[in-house]
Amino acid sequence: MEADLLRFATAGSVDDGKSTLIGRLLFDSKSLFSDQLESVERVSRERGHEYTDLSLLTDGLRAEREQGITIDVAYRYFATPRRKFIIADTPGHIQYTRNMVTGASTADVALVLVDARKGMTEQSRRHAFIATLLGVPHMVVCVNKMDLVDWSEEVFENIRREFTEFAARLRLRDLTFIPLSALSGDNVVTRSEKMIWFDGAPLLSHLERLHVASDRNLVDVRFPVQYVVRPQSHENRDYRGYAGTIASGVLKPGDRIRALPAGLETEIASIETADGPVSEAYPPMAVTITLKDEIDISRGDMLCRPNNVPAVMQDIDAQVCWMDESAPLTAGKTYAIKHTTRWARAVVKQIDYRIDINTLHRVEGVEGLTLNEIGRIRLRSTKPLFVDPYLSNRQTGAFILVDESTNRTVAAGMIVRESGS
Amino acid sequence: MKSHVMSQLAALEAESIHIFREVAAEMERPCLLFSGGKDSIVMLHVARKAFAPAPIPFPVMHVDTGLNFAEVIAFRDRWAAQLGLRLVVASVQDAIERGVVKEEPNGSRNRIQTPVLLEAAAREKFDALFGGGRRDEEKARAKERVFSFRDEFGQWDPKNQRPEIWSLYNGRVFPGESIRVFPLSNWTELDIWSYIAEEEIEIPSLYLASEREVVERDGMLYAVNEFVVLKSGETSQKMSVRYRTMGDANLTAAVESVADTVAKVVEEIAAARITERGATRGDDKVSEAAMEDRKKEGYF
Repeated sequence: MEADLLRFATAGSVDDGKSTLIGRLLFDSKSLFSDQLESVERVSRERGHEYTDLSLLTDGLRAEREQGITIDVAYRYFATPRRKFIIADTPGHIQYTRNMVTGASTADVALVLVDARKGMTEQSRRHAFIATLLGVPHMVVCVNKMDLVDWSEEVFENIRREFTEFAARLRLRDLTFIPLSALSGDNVVTRSEKMIWFDGAPLLSHLERLHVASDRNLVDVRFPVQYVVRPQSHENRDYRGYAGTIASGVLKPGDRIRALPAGLETEIASIETADGPVSEAYPPMAVTITLKDEIDISRGDMLCRPNNVPAVMQDIDAQVCWMDESAPLTAGKTYAIKHTTRWARAVVKQIDYRIDINTLHRVEGVEGLTLNEIGRIRLRSTKPLFVDPYLSNRQTGAFILVDESTNRTVAAGMIVRESGS
Repeated sequence: MKSHVMSQLAALEAESIHIFREVAAEMERPCLLFSGGKDSIVMLHVARKAFAPAPIPFPVMHVDTGLNFAEVIAFRDRWAAQLGLRLVVASVQDAIERGVVKEEPNGSRNRIQTPVLLEAAAREKFDALFGGGRRDEEKARAKERVFSFRDEFGQWDPKNQRPEIWSLYNGRVFPGESIRVFPLSNWTELDIWSYIAEEEIEIPSLYLASEREVVERDGMLYAVNEFVVLKSGETSQKMSVRYRTMGDANLTAAVESVADTVAKVVEEIAAARITERGATRGDDKVSEAAMEDRKKEGYF
């Protein structure tokens, strides 16, 4: 079988062993190159560290090295014969919530680190909450530094119990606990001989075997039209193809489709790629669709099945994470909104509440949302969007807001449900 | 029942195609930086797939340092012609003669490429430049966005990057500003080679091992050519080598190798223990943050 792709996100701070864990995964899977390791060892020595500081591998920016902290998301890559892994490595402190949200947005798995000596902390709860908010389908709680608690099953079980109780308040589909020591490598790549009481797989085997295919929505056909291909050459004079990436569902030639917003129906004539036509297309394939009848379709429109359509909405309820430091999200203000391949403008009608991401409590009566704050808002857009709840569709349930005066991306939004009608 | 799972190479290709289409749809005047090196060859190959059966809807540009391998330049010209693309060549040699930039004492034209690139991009009014940079190449690149915002001076500000969530890219710019786009961000060197093998993409023969006359300098092997002349006391020897990267011919080292086919290169890369830049690029050894500093000035 060919290797597939798995994206996972980690969050953590300097002292919980996250960098050591990533370093260990890279090193033990032979994805760390000797010149990278030498450079890290040299810099660690120069700084007087007693150990090789593997965070230097990922903390690549001058400011990060100067301050000894991770500021931004770093992407790291490693592969085993079964899978290629993309790690979105993010800082764990509350002031970097937006970076954690970014890392989690595309992740199949979230790795939450818990220091076995400290047990669950505010930070581990926060990471679990953010991963859930972003709809990450799988979570692995790595109870790290087991070497420092004498490989105690009791310590591990207590943390597992406490975390499971907390997780009951979140909508988690798959939660796994692994006791490990990133420093010594126990249960990271190879099974620990010191924790024979643990009958689960080591972290890497777990990540290699994790079944992610069924996480994708293969039921609701959603094809946001991204680009219209018109060759305008002699041999392809009448060719008109709708290029895009399948957001969800499985499409086949001959399927009846409805084009939104026009509402017109026709049939898929062919699904094409540069390597030839395909008999079916599923997410996240990038294809070009041709239709039986010529109907007026352009970028930002959406193809779906006549009996299974997204909500066509201008009033939207959403959870948003505010990502801009220069100005807060303010009720009454209008932003540009990008949803699938469709741009519109949207006014913030109301801020319902802010979520305290440490306690998960709702704080009502807030004036705005500032950097890293998460809240529930209502928007009205200038034109209809074709939306599904984020929980059932991570592609058609997501949007960003852009401040038109700066062009900066200021918010990540997850549609809760369609409000209004 | 079918699995509906894409292989990782197919998934990477699909992601890159999505990025190309997004830029073509949203930006006014995109351009693809094409050097004839393996990453830009793969980039162009994927770009062709993104718009087929229509031609690629943007031109390609090369910042020619004047120190490139002749075979690579020939390859560049042939490819652009074959795909019917307009090729913009921004010449560093020409810029030196015009007094726009000054030759650096170490002989590297890596850094002085930047003003030449920016000048040509401004002249052509390009608002999006596709680059073949990959995040596994270098630490500063590992932190860069797929859509990397540049101000009116072409500068990258690593502390002030736009958040990039899901695949909802924001390419909005004001006049004079631009976006550098890296469609191969998530590819690794091994992915590039595996893809070249799988798609049977033609590459310059310098990438394949052959007996070449080489001289050893600072522990690296340089092929003797018009840009690398033996200094007194140096001796050259015949060795089987290939190139892992295609930088300037005077500063790009070769690696010892017997891989004379793409399939063998894939095997060697899978077993390689040194990064491609560490192994072959004299110009990257300047400092810990050499790449970040160059990017801040507007480098690729």
